This record gives sequence, C-alpha cells and structure tokens, in this order.
Amino acid sequence: MALKLSPAVLILIATVLIVVLPGLVLPSPYYYRVGALVFISALAVIGLNLLMGYAGQVSLGHAGFFAIGAYGTAILPAQLGWPPLLAAATGVVLAAALAFAIGRPILRLRGQHLAVATLGIGMLITMVLNAEVAITGGPDGMAVARATVFGFKLRAPETWYWISGGLLILGVVAALNLLNSPTGRALRALHDSEVAAEVLGIDVTRYKLVVFVAASVYAAVAGAALALFSGHVTPDVGSFLRSVEFVTMAVIGGLGSILGSIVGAAVLVILPQVLTVFQEYETLVLGVMIILFMIFLRGGIVPGLAARLTARLTP
Amino acid sequence: MTASMTARATTTVTARLLAAARLTATASMLALGLAAGFGGVGAAQAGEIRIGSVLSATGPAAFLGDPEEKTLKLYAEEINKAGGINGDTIKLVIYDDGGDADKARTFATRLVEEDKVAAVLGGTTSGTTMAMVPVFEDAEMPFISFAGAVGIVEPTKKWVFKTPHTDRMACEKIFEDLKKQNLTKVGIISGTDGFGKSMRDQCVKVNAKYDVEIVAEETYGPRDSDMTAQLTNLKGAPGIQALVNPGMGQGPAIVTRNVRQLGIALPLYQSHGVASKSFIELAGDAAEGVRLPAAAILVAEKLPDSDPQKAIALGYKTSYEAATKGQVSTFGGHAFDALFILKGALERAKSSDAAKIRDEIEKTTGFIGTAGIFNMTPADHMGLDLTAFKMLEVRSGDWTLVE
Amino acid sequence: MDDLSGSNVMADFVQFAMSGLTVGAVYALVALGFTLIYNASSVVNFAQGEFVMLGGMATVFLAALGLPIPLAALAAVAVAVVTGLLVHTLVIEPARGANAVTLIILTIGVSLVLRGAAPLVFDKQFHKLPGFSGEEPVSLLGALVQPQAFWVVGGTAVIVLALKVFLAHTLFGKAVLATAADRMAARLSGINTSVIVGFCFAMSAAIGAIAGILVTPITLTSYDVGVILSLKGFAAAVLGGIGNPLGAVAGGLLLGLLESFAAGYLSSTYKDAVAFAILIAVLIVMPGGLARVKHVERV
Repeated sequence: MALKLSPAVLILIATVLIVVLPGLVLPSPYYYRVGALVFISALAVIGLNLLMGYAGQVSLGHAGFFAIGAYGTAILPAQLGWPPLLAAATGVVLAAALAFAIGRPILRLRGQHLAVATLGIGMLITMVLNAEVAITGGPDGMAVARATVFGFKLRAPETWYWISGGLLILGVVAALNLLNSPTGRALRALHDSEVAAEVLGIDVTRYKLVVFVAASVYAAVAGAALALFSGHVTPDVGSFLRSVEFVTMAVIGGLGSILGSIVGAAVLVILPQVLTVFQEYETLVLGVMIILFMIFLRGGIVPGLAARLTARLTP
Repeated sequence: MTASMTARATTTVTARLLAAARLTATASMLALGLAAGFGGVGAAQAGEIRIGSVLSATGPAAFLGDPEEKTLKLYAEEINKAGGINGDTIKLVIYDDGGDADKARTFATRLVEEDKVAAVLGGTTSGTTMAMVPVFEDAEMPFISFAGAVGIVEPTKKWVFKTPHTDRMACEKIFEDLKKQNLTKVGIISGTDGFGKSMRDQCVKVNAKYDVEIVAEETYGPRDSDMTAQLTNLKGAPGIQALVNPGMGQGPAIVTRNVRQLGIALPLYQSHGVASKSFIELAGDAAEGVRLPAAAILVAEKLPDSDPQKAIALGYKTSYEAATKGQVSTFGGHAFDALFILKGALERAKSSDAAKIRDEIEKTTGFIGTAGIFNMTPADHMGLDLTAFKMLEVRSGDWTLVE
Repeated sequence: MDDLSGSNVMADFVQFAMSGLTVGAVYALVALGFTLIYNASSVVNFAQGEFVMLGGMATVFLAALGLPIPLAALAAVAVAVVTGLLVHTLVIEPARGANAVTLIILTIGVSLVLRGAAPLVFDKQFHKLPGFSGEEPVSLLGALVQPQAFWVVGGTAVIVLALKVFLAHTLFGKAVLATAADRMAARLSGINTSVIVGFCFAMSAAIGAIAGILVTPITLTSYDVGVILSLKGFAAAVLGGIGNPLGAVAGGLLLGLLESFAAGYLSSTYKDAVAFAILIAVLIVMPGGLARVKHVERV
C-alpha cells in the first residue's frame, strides 16, 4: 500500500532536506553564508510566488518591502535604542501595514499597469532611503546592531544558516497552509480568471489584498533577516534590480511552485559565485544561462523537470 | 476502490515521491556539487603571496573599479617580474561586486575563508567598503580601501586603512580657495549617489570654519541627463557667488555643460570625483575655468622637478597609459598607492602573519604615492594631509596648477 | 527680488519645459519601441533600453575608428537592427507560445547579455558625441537651449510621423497593424506573423539606436545607460496605455516634463518620486492609461 503523502507533505520534507543535508556537510563559513543568502532570498521569493504564481499579480516592487523589513531592523535600534528583534518585528508590521494601505487602490490595476504601479512604489521607498541621510545613512547605508538571544550574539554565518533555514521552513509551512485554506482555493480561481472568480461570488479584491499583504510579510521577514545577518544595509536592498532579481528567481524556479522558489533563489544566488571564473564575461554568461533556462524549461526548473520526470515514469 | 485504481494511485504517488526525491537531489547538488566548484583557489603554495580584492568593476561605479582593477593587475605583474615580494610571487584574487554591498560582503567572506589571502585591497565605493569592514575586523584581516568617505577611517578601525583623500578634505580645499578669493556665498549641486551625498554632508559640516555660507542646494540623480532645472534655480539664488558640485561619473560633466548653456558666469568647483582627463573631454569647452582639488598625478608633467611626487606620478601615468591605452585617473592611482603600501609592509614584516602586516601598514611613513605623501599613525589610517591636494584649473583643455 | 519678475518666471518655465521635453523625447522613443514589439508579439521587451546604449556607444566607437559621424551613426543603427533580429531569431522565436512573464524574463536575460558584452566590445567609460549643430546655446523665450535639444525633439517628431505613415499607407505596415489587432486572424489571412514580429524587433532596435545617437551629445553615454531607460520607457509606455504608439509618445513626454517641473518647482531630491507618484495616481484614476484602451478580459 502506498504511503498517503500529500504533495504538501512532500514539499515540506524536501524543504527540510534542502536545509538540513547541506547544513551538515558544508566546509566553511563562506558556504554557510551563501546558504543563508539562498534561504533568505527563497523566503522573499515564496512570498512573491504566492502573489505571482497563485494570484497572478505581477509585482516589480517586491524589494521595496524587503527593504522596509531591513531598514526597520536597522533604524529602530540605531535611532530609538530598540532591541534588534523587536525592531525586526516592527519592520515586518510596518511593511504589512503599508501593503494593506496601498493594496486596495493598487490592486485594482492589472498586468502591466500593476507592474508599473508596484515598480513606482518600490522606487519611492528606495528614494526615501537614499535621500533621508540623517535617518538611513543615505546611499552608503548604515550599520545594523547585532541581535542577541539569551546573551548569545547572533553573528556567525553558521548560526544564520540555521536561523534562515528555520525561517524558510516556517515560511513553507505557512504558504502550504495558506494554499490549502479556502483563501488558497479562491486564489487559484483568481489566477485562472478574475472575471470567472467574480461571477462565482469570490470577493476578488479582498483575496488579492490578503495575498499582497502576505507577500509583503515574507519579503519583510527576509529583509530583516538579511539586515541582522549582514550587519550593514544599503538602499540596494530595495532597488529595482533587486525586485527584478526576485521576479527572475520566481520564474526560473517555476511560478506557482514553492520548491521552485527555493531552487530559483539557489540558482541566482549561487550562479554568480560560480561564474566568477568567467571574470569579465560573468554578466554575459549569466544572461545566456537565464535565456537557456527559460527556453528549455519554460515553466520553470521545478515544474519543468517534474513534468519530464513524471512523463518518463508514468506509462 | 478497485485494484487497478489503487495500483494507479500507487504509481502516481511513487512517481511523485521519486520526482520530489530527484528534485531534492538536484537542489542539494546545486548547493553542494557546485559548492565544490566555486571554492577557493586552493591552499596557498610556497613562494606565493595572495592578495585579495573586491572591486566594483561593473555597475554604476565601474568607471572607478575598472582603472583600479587594471592598475592592480598591471603592477602585480610588474612586481612579480622584478622578483616579487620577499621572493614570493603575488597572486591576485579579484572579485567584482557590481557595486552591490551585499555581494561585496559575500566576496569578503570568500576571500577570508576560502582564498586565505594575506590582505585585502579595494572596496571601490564607500558603501561596499563599509559593508565589508565588519568581516575583516572579525577575521583580523588587513584591509586597505580605495573609497573616499571619511567614515571609513574615522573612528579608526584596527584593521582598516584607506588611500584616497577624504571628501571632507576636498570640501576644505575648495572652501580654502573660495576664502582666498573672498567668495563667501555658495550654492551646492550634488549627486545623490554615495560619493556626492557623502561629500555634500561633509561640506555642510565644515563650511562655517571657512566663513562660507551655503545659500542654496540642489541635487540630481546619478543617472540624470539634464540638470538645467536645478541650475536655473541656483542661478536665481540671492547673493550666490560660486557653485560647488560634489559628484562623480557623468553627472559633473553634464552639470558643467549645463552651467555654460545657461550662461551662468559663477566660478564652478568640481571635486576629486571627476579626476581624470575624460571629464575635460566630456565637458568640452564648458570645462574651461573649472577648478577642482585633486591629486598631483593629473598634472604629473607640470610638477616642478623638485616635487618628490613627480617621478612616481609620471611613472605611473606612463605605465598605465601604455598598458591600457586609456587615460590615467586618480582612481587607479589609489589602487597603485594601496598596492605599494602593502608591498612595503609585507617586505618589512617578512612574514604572512596578519597582525605583523597590519602593524607595518600602520607604520607607513614618508611613502610617496600618487595621491600624496603618506604618513600613517595609529590614529590616522589614511595618512594624507591637505597639502596632498593640489588645486587645479582647466585651461585650454588641460589641467593646470593654480598655486 | 528680481526672480519674481514676470519675464524670469516665464523664462524659467520655458527652461524647465525644454529640459523636460528633451529628456521626455528619449523616454518617448523607448516607449515607442516597447509598444511596437508589444503590439506585434505581446512581449514586454526589457532590453529596449540596451538598443539606445548600442546606438550611442557604437557611433562613438565607429567614429573613433575614423568613420565620419553620419556614416558611423548609420552603421550603428545597422548594428542595432542586426542585434534586434538576432534577439528575435535566437531568443523570442524558440520560446514561442511561452507565457508573458517567461518572455519578460527572457528579455531581461537579453539585456544582461547586451550589457555584459558592451564593456568587452566597447569599454566602461563615459563618452560623448559632438552636437550636430554645434554647442552654442540658443535663446528661446528667455530660456537658453542646447541646439541638440531641437534635434532630439524634432527627430522624435519625424520618427513618430514616419511610423504613422508607414503603418497606415504601406502594405507591410498594414500587415503589422493586422498582426497587432489579431494575430490568429492575421495568420489565417496569409500573413507570416513571425516575419512581422521579427520586423518589429528590427524597427524597435532602429528607433532605440536613433534615440541613443540623437541624445548622446546631451546626456553622454556608457555601457550601462540602458537599464534606467528601459525602466522609464516601460513606465511611459504603460502610462500612455500600453499598445498605443501615440499614447507611448505622450506618456514619455509627460514623464520627462513631470521630472523636470518637479525638479524646478518642488524638490530636486524627490523629483523622480513626484513623477512616479503622479504616474501611479494617473494609473489608478485612468486604469487604461492616457489612451484609455478598453481592457476586456476574455473568460
């Protein structure tokens, strides 16, 4: 008799393995740092993937919320003397509040219009971070106070590998729960056709808002983790290019695939480290690889490979 | 449930399990398999000294990172040809952070953990430098930055040094020159990039010391292509006597051209952020009369023979221009100074012990570089004073010394 | 206070307007390129700004090789057109039928390739071209304008008009319009839509390159000017109601003017913020963009 494992459980098991297995064997703090960066990016990308892959709403301003999480964590301890972890939580709440406030008018827009509006929001956020030097340190950024738990300073890459890995697993659990709830079903209906969903009596705007806020929370948590991990933030964390990078991660890994978010993040974080061997050809090679991925695994790496595997395995 | 349905269900679940397993394997391989491929360059070999560098060779600061990288490569090769340092050949490990502070930090960790370098040079921008500083402080790694902000060496950090003049010095030099001419009311137009912003902040801190009043301020984005709107406003500012433009890249050239386009007759001061001949080419005739504080290297030929910097400056200029077919800039010069300060320290330390190397860098005295004469102390990890800056003016399409 | 006098207020206004129109004309041309490709293929081409870079940089470097500037400019446009065709053949065609987001990521890949190749072929420094009619500023209603600004604004007008005539009055142009209106119907009526899409890529590349050549004497150029232009051109295209060429031009000019007036009258630090805030407001109030294209979702 086959095990009754739902896809959700499989995804969770896979995530745990992705975090734990390398965690046991990585050779040096540098690898743990890269690993932690993969998990932090993956967390932000899962949020974006909920929005894009399940609700079908494009955002080119995701990094803006990432930046709010990061800068909330940086500014509140520096300016008001708050403990870093409380600051991080506040940063996340702020991001969610902003998403809630702007979500309603913005989410009435569709497709490219929504893309431009979110792009604008992201740019507004980074402009403020760049301009308000007295508070944010301006373009050169600012130092972030280290978080302390029970007198233990969280700074080693190994520590952060496990913290961000843990956050990622929590993020996956939360995403799976969301998708299995009535909200998740409504989202899928929404993705297929907004009009049809509306006809079925689904409160489209409300669900879009829920997922938009959820996505911003994912981004802000990831941003806060990055700030605490790195100890220094610059406005780059919220830049347009960072938003585009998140979108690229989501699409390369596979829209609508949670594992895809992780794989997409892994590819785009690890590739530049590998491509350093190409030296001045690095950007060129990265571009070529993105093109090849998208041509040959159109639906993204995870759904693409899964489809091929299933096709081969099922008669 | 019929037998065949159960069988099919089993197959599907098995297939899914297998697919998931394969995916996990793929993902882990990405993390692990590739990891093996992107590790360090292997253990240090005998007779080799590793010097690491993280530069912004691409991205918005590429015009700084590019000459820095070329300079390091050029002179590492020359030093190796001449027998290396204490008989060891230099092996450079250079990474490109694209101007991104987080990437810079990751590469900094990599240099420390994987490449096991003896010291690190670079950090093209103040942002990337500041992001890397905690890594090198934690790892006790000697680090000489090529970035301008005064915050890098103030307060002094044990393992961190830098070679360029600070932005505060640039402000002071400009205000000193203004004071000499009894010009006391200035307008500032600055770029919103790290360099422009940081220098602008320093200028508004030190202006009072020189009795200079800042009567109006404008900014422009690092990628802006037209500053006439801002300059129109400055032109109308009451009592304004001079313009100061903290900025780097193409911005200052456009500002200079727009100033001339609008027929603004005020003296215009640029900063050391434009210090290469390409500024004069880009700004064209509009550059005539523009003044800026910069290192002697820009006027190497025009220095009096008695100037101790002349030989060094001229030598670097000639080698760099011959090797790259490009024009010399002070930016590459900062890399030159850092490399030779480190070379001196390594030769004196006669050891790859980080603490000894650091101590010797700190003891650098009387080192004649492209930027000036360096005298480092435990309290001063840059070691340049205001005399290192020359006030230059553009006349007939070339730099000339004002003093 | 002399700056409150009527003539100065007027002169300042004209100064800001000319600055906005010049910068806006470039956004307009990039937006126009976006629109052409989008109409023919539904591809949002984020590599559009790279064609502007290619036009400017190739002209600079060909001129440095000794070619007279008009010839260098012509060759640069040819280089861009060939690049545009290659992008279509090597990247867009093989991905035919992929969804919109996948196509966007593909074009982002293309822009990385072009931006990665540019420093290898050219260099990483800033460059300029001489103004076509010299650099002596011209007085216009009290404002002082670079003569090149007239080339940019005039060139944009000529391109827009030429495009309009071409689309409305040539058989090939009508085929482009038919493809844009309904790809399936166009194919059924015997139009080779793949050729049409390729042609639109070539045309967009040419328009981008021309924009780059016209504007380099004013704005200077370097290997990475494309990113910000893609971003602002895209915003302008959407502001104009994506898919509408005249809307794209209007959107570009409006965005340029907003930036310039915001810098002149409000705050130069927050000028882009003002421009984008207004852009978002316009989108919310007029969901179809300036051109008010009716969006009907097919169920």
